[in-house]
Amino acid sequence: MKLNALGSRLPRLTFWRGLLFALWILGAYVAVIRFTKGLGAVTNLRDDFPWGLWIGFDVLCGVALAAGGFTVAALVYIFDAGKKYHAIVRPTILTAFLGYLLVIVALLFDLGRPWNIWHPIIMWNPHSVMFEVGWCVMLYTAVLALEFSPVVFEKFRWRWPLRVMRSLTIVLVVAGVLLSTLHQSSLGSLYLIVPQKMHPLWYSPLLPLLFFISAVGVGLAMTIFESFLSHRAFRKELELDVLTGLARGVILVEVIYLTVRFLDMAGRGTLSFAFHPTREAGLFWAEIFLMSVVPIVIYSVPKFVVHRTWLFWGAVSTVVGLVMNRLNVSITSLEGWGGAYFPKWQEIVVTAALVATGFAVFEWVARNFPIFPREETAEEAALAGEKPAYA
Amino acid sequence: MSKGILVDISLCIGCESCMEACRTANGLKPTSQRRLSPDNYVIVENLEGDVYYRHACMHCEHATCVSACPVAALEKTELGPVIWHAEKCMGCRYCLQACPFQIPTYEWHNPVPSVRKCTMCYDRIVAGGQPACTEACPTGAILFGEREDLIAEAQRRLREEPGKYVQHIYGVREVGGTSLLYISHVPFEKIPFLARNLSVQEPLPELTWRVLSKIPNLVGFGGVFLFGVYWIINRRIKLERMAKENQLEAKEDFIEELPPEQLDSEE
Ligand code: SF4
Ligand code: SF4
Repeated sequence: MKLNALGSRLPRLTFWRGLLFALWILGAYVAVIRFTKGLGAVTNLRDDFPWGLWIGFDVLCGVALAAGGFTVAALVYIFDAGKKYHAIVRPTILTAFLGYLLVIVALLFDLGRPWNIWHPIIMWNPHSVMFEVGWCVMLYTAVLALEFSPVVFEKFRWRWPLRVMRSLTIVLVVAGVLLSTLHQSSLGSLYLIVPQKMHPLWYSPLLPLLFFISAVGVGLAMTIFESFLSHRAFRKELELDVLTGLARGVILVEVIYLTVRFLDMAGRGTLSFAFHPTREAGLFWAEIFLMSVVPIVIYSVPKFVVHRTWLFWGAVSTVVGLVMNRLNVSITSLEGWGGAYFPKWQEIVVTAALVATGFAVFEWVARNFPIFPREETAEEAALAGEKPAYA
Repeated sequence: MSKGILVDISLCIGCESCMEACRTANGLKPTSQRRLSPDNYVIVENLEGDVYYRHACMHCEHATCVSACPVAALEKTELGPVIWHAEKCMGCRYCLQACPFQIPTYEWHNPVPSVRKCTMCYDRIVAGGQPACTEACPTGAILFGEREDLIAEAQRRLREEPGKYVQHIYGVREVGGTSLLYISHVPFEKIPFLARNLSVQEPLPELTWRVLSKIPNLVGFGGVFLFGVYWIINRRIKLERMAKENQLEAKEDFIEELPPEQLDSEE
């Protein structure tokens, strides 16, 4: 019934829509068990493996994949990269905002006493990286909400708040860049305190720096990736020159990343571990290749860096590689100490439900708010698009 | 003054009196599990033959768990014990992740879970007593007292029986020092939970503090840098535009969308 009523504006019950509802129902079921029976009932977490998929993927990857928000904002507003990039600002801010909201939802699942999530506001421990992480999540989510607010004000034509927000733009952007820098790096700093627990391929005193650099790289890649999704979902014109510019940025960032990572490993003598025939070494090289080497190679070919298919796959590779890196740091590298960990299906369901929710909300916002440049408003895109989203 | 416990592995006979006393004193449920858990604050582990050792919280001087906790739910008290405050904890479990001895345990099957570990019987110490375990030990393998005095006592034992003891007091230096001190007649490398930190001399919280302490500078310089770049670039653009249009722009507008006035007039 409800679906039919919305039918004129939303696609009908497609495969993706069905999957979303299925995940929501399963997710709700897992939530009930989790909040009545405890974390142990739905996760494979244990005393010597206290952080699993929800921290490794939902939080570490979620935050990194939201890095497009501050990267693109800095490019456009601070470094004035050029008018052509303005078109991608709003979609990336929206992605980042949704990303952070989902991270908070994931934390509500993962924290043992989620009703105390606000405690870092009044109970301080500046010596704790987790304290820094908590503050960054709160403050940057607030900044993202403000950065996004002009979209809402514009939609409802609230003039003076819009004018206020505009005068604040540069302040918000600078605050956002600083907070993101802190937050991205602090997720790496979390692991500085366990040198004896982590595999030497991943432990490094430079973890905060490495987390930051790789976040910038994947921020650019995610922006490319998301342009393609918007293109398919809303028949939005692909701004190929914009994507090419971003892809060149990916090369630069990943080259810096590889240089720092390998010099650091060579300097501390941990490089030899990469050449032992171990599972860890395999995962290490997979991560290095997918996240950095593949995009550098693809985007260095002049023909490929302007070609839509190659642009797309280069970005996908970076994103997959980054996810591997974060999971390797948070799970693989600690298995030698804490024993093997693989998530229960309930953990995977919650993660999948959150990702699906992110896509669905993005689609809804993009259809109902002025996210894309004026020539293709949501209404027009919806009118033009009989094709179901993400199909 | 900071209290501590001296563990002399050579004196432990594996009678488990300490485990029993702990269970009673802390109201822990009986369990058949032989590992640290919410109902086992201390375990007497059998290393080999008749060698037994105590496995429990070390009450570190620069406790990693205390530095890791975002809401200061864990506290290194003046008296020495490291204790946990239920009303503050938000359940992030960074303490479990960070502890170099893998000591804190979690109530994974409780919807209102607690972090559980040995408290060195903090309440009894405050009341002027000693921990239940040291009181119960029939051989003096675990001894409660001032940490300074215990170090002196350990040194005395090492000196008097140099052939018997490994010439090392574990806990004076390791991870920056611990309230629990161990002396042993078997090499510490053999005792798993101690061996892992034998080479760690510096307090682990230093590793994160080194980075955290840079934040104010990063924010300061970063902010100046970003505003500086913005100012320089935009001044150049403004000047260019002024030259081109030969007129003053009253105000810069850095939002890519049209201003609302134009929005309206377009409709
Ligand atoms: S042994 Fe672990 S739980 Fe005990 S005080 Fe040290 S860091 Fe904290
Ligand atoms: S689980 Fe509780 S006690 Fe442990 S670090 Fe987190 S907030 Fe602190």
